[in-house]
Amino acid sequence: MLLIQGVLVVALLVVGAVLVRSTSDVRHQAVRRILLVLLGVLAVTSVLVPGAVTWVAEKVGVGRGTDLVLYGLVVAFLGFIASSYRRTRVLESKVAELTRRLALDEEARERGVDGPGNAGRPGA
Amino acid sequence: MTAAAPGSPGDDTWVVVPLYQEATAVGDVVRELRRTFPQVVCVDDGSTDGSAEQARRAGARVVRHCINLGQGAALQTGFDFALRDASARFVVTFDADGQHRVEDAVAMVQRLRDGEADVVFGSRFLDGRTEVPRLRRVVLRSAVHYTNLTTGVRLTDAHNGLRALSRRAVGSLRITHHRMAHASEIVSLVGRSGLPWVEQPVEIRYTDYSRAKGQSLLNSVNILVETILG
Repeated sequence: MLLIQGVLVVALLVVGAVLVRSTSDVRHQAVRRILLVLLGVLAVTSVLVPGAVTWVAEKVGVGRGTDLVLYGLVVAFLGFIASSYRRTRVLESKVAELTRRLALDEEARERGVDGPGNAGRPGA
Repeated sequence: MTAAAPGSPGDDTWVVVPLYQEATAVGDVVRELRRTFPQVVCVDDGSTDGSAEQARRAGARVVRHCINLGQGAALQTGFDFALRDASARFVVTFDADGQHRVEDAVAMVQRLRDGEADVVFGSRFLDGRTEVPRLRRVVLRSAVHYTNLTTGVRLTDAHNGLRALSRRAVGSLRITHHRMAHASEIVSLVGRSGLPWVEQPVEIRYTDYSRAKGQSLLNSVNILVETILG
């Protein structure tokens, strides 16, 4: 197996595990920020030293620098999907809690206004 | 409230009916339920077809989600509603499309009352009453297989909307899968909680209406993905 294949498979698994499995929100955010900084450093380096990307690509067995960038992009994109899936789930839970609370309180209020509720009136 | 007579569901039971776009069916379902269970709460999940009004007219209490969240979320709202009633001892979950039979629910509550378990799952595969369409049978069987593998609870039917739960069970469950994966989630929560459970043979009435309204089989893909990703 080429070095790059190992690196990419490991990267994909790590991205999946870190972002899908439960880590605390704070840690999750910190990891995302570190990755963002790393990405920024890499981008600047590749602009300042254009040959560097190709040099690294040849070392890991990809051949072309552009291909290495493409693979990196794929990993980053999958990470983004996993991360936004998790964040959406969290957001959905919050919306559900809010809607639930609103629905229950509204029902209880309507009961109160409508006059005496029946015997098993919740919230009474 | 006086204690319910033996065999009668009485006033200590809430029937939770998740409701979404079932205006043509829910009225009859609620009326039929209320002959036996006086306390029926429909959790309207943002229907736009007047389902809530039909349910209310039939005598149900209606709790309205102002936006559509999904059946799992509706069930949890119904559970919270029932828990607000200090005299509630049992909760039944019942589908709004008329596919369940009230007699089955009565028998399930009776088993809770007898102290046999804290959770009674309805199963359409325990006796020969229900004719399950072939493709649906294959999908449901696979779902059962998967649920059994991952939850450690050995059921014969994992996606049946008819269940009966004790107050203790309702209080200890928290459904977080808002769409359809909640069925497996309830099973796995019950499995993890160590609550005693049993299965009850129930009949599903596959009418043309419920068949047309029922979940598309393709949706089982969504359920699987949601279950795996957590």
